[in-house]
Amino acid sequence: MLAATAIALVYLRSLFVAVMLTGIYSLLSAALFVLLDAVDVAFTEAAVGAGITTVLFLGMLSQVPSRPEHFRELNLRIGPLLVALVTGAALIYATQDMPAFGDPNAPANLHVAPRYINDSKSETGMPNIVTSVLASYRGYDTLGEVTVIFTAGVGVLLLLGRPRRRPAEERDGQ
Amino acid sequence: MIWFDYYNYWIVIVLMMVGLYLVMARHNLARKVIGLNVFQTSVFVFFISMGAVRDSSAPILAEGITQYANPLTHVLILTAIVVGVSTTSLALALIVRINEEYGSIDEERILLLDGDD
Repeated sequence: MLAATAIALVYLRSLFVAVMLTGIYSLLSAALFVLLDAVDVAFTEAAVGAGITTVLFLGMLSQVPSRPEHFRELNLRIGPLLVALVTGAALIYATQDMPAFGDPNAPANLHVAPRYINDSKSETGMPNIVTSVLASYRGYDTLGEVTVIFTAGVGVLLLLGRPRRRPAEERDGQ
Repeated sequence: MIWFDYYNYWIVIVLMMVGLYLVMARHNLARKVIGLNVFQTSVFVFFISMGAVRDSSAPILAEGITQYANPLTHVLILTAIVVGVSTTSLALALIVRINEEYGSIDEERILLLDGDD
């Protein structure tokens, strides 16, 4: 279903519909995360991915004149399709070496995760392991994340703060 | 059931390639950003499915549960989601700015306008 939504995204003519479908796509992936036991990730994805991203896209669309695109522009393009197919085939070939889905003994589940599961209650006193890892064990990640958000915020202000000044200057000149 | 074992990776790869194709094939800059988002979500699904454990429960400690999903991948993806939104917002701000300067968000037309200068 997620894949079907993504493929539909390729062929939509209207940008507005594509943006709305991106929101639905995010929400579907949030539902998938619930099924995969990742509840914290699911509600972040639903709130941030489906909510804020859609609002940002709509804000962009209100500034940019959008017209339905010609079918010529949505034609299947051979070059990129070939690159995507070859890369996909190589990746599928590589999955042969991956651990099976849901394997408790996969390498990813054996290194630090058992320690977090066994000791985080006594070390941080938090029943939610994701919260204790996020805020305590890997606090520096969160610090880096905040830095990224700050940088992005400054960047957006620098990009969009300037043009609003220009009409004001013209008004002063008249 | 050797085939079903890798089902999650195949979904991820399909999503990833759709995203890659959108980024490469579309001239509209907004569509490229949508493609990037699709690609990004595929990486999220990849990580979360790596951390999923059969018959496990969400990683919140409770009585009587012995098998938990891997909390580490969840933490990494929580960070990645927020970082993804900030990069998306920056990209969209760039698009708005480009549109003010060139009056178009079509890549080919922008290159054409640049050639005239």
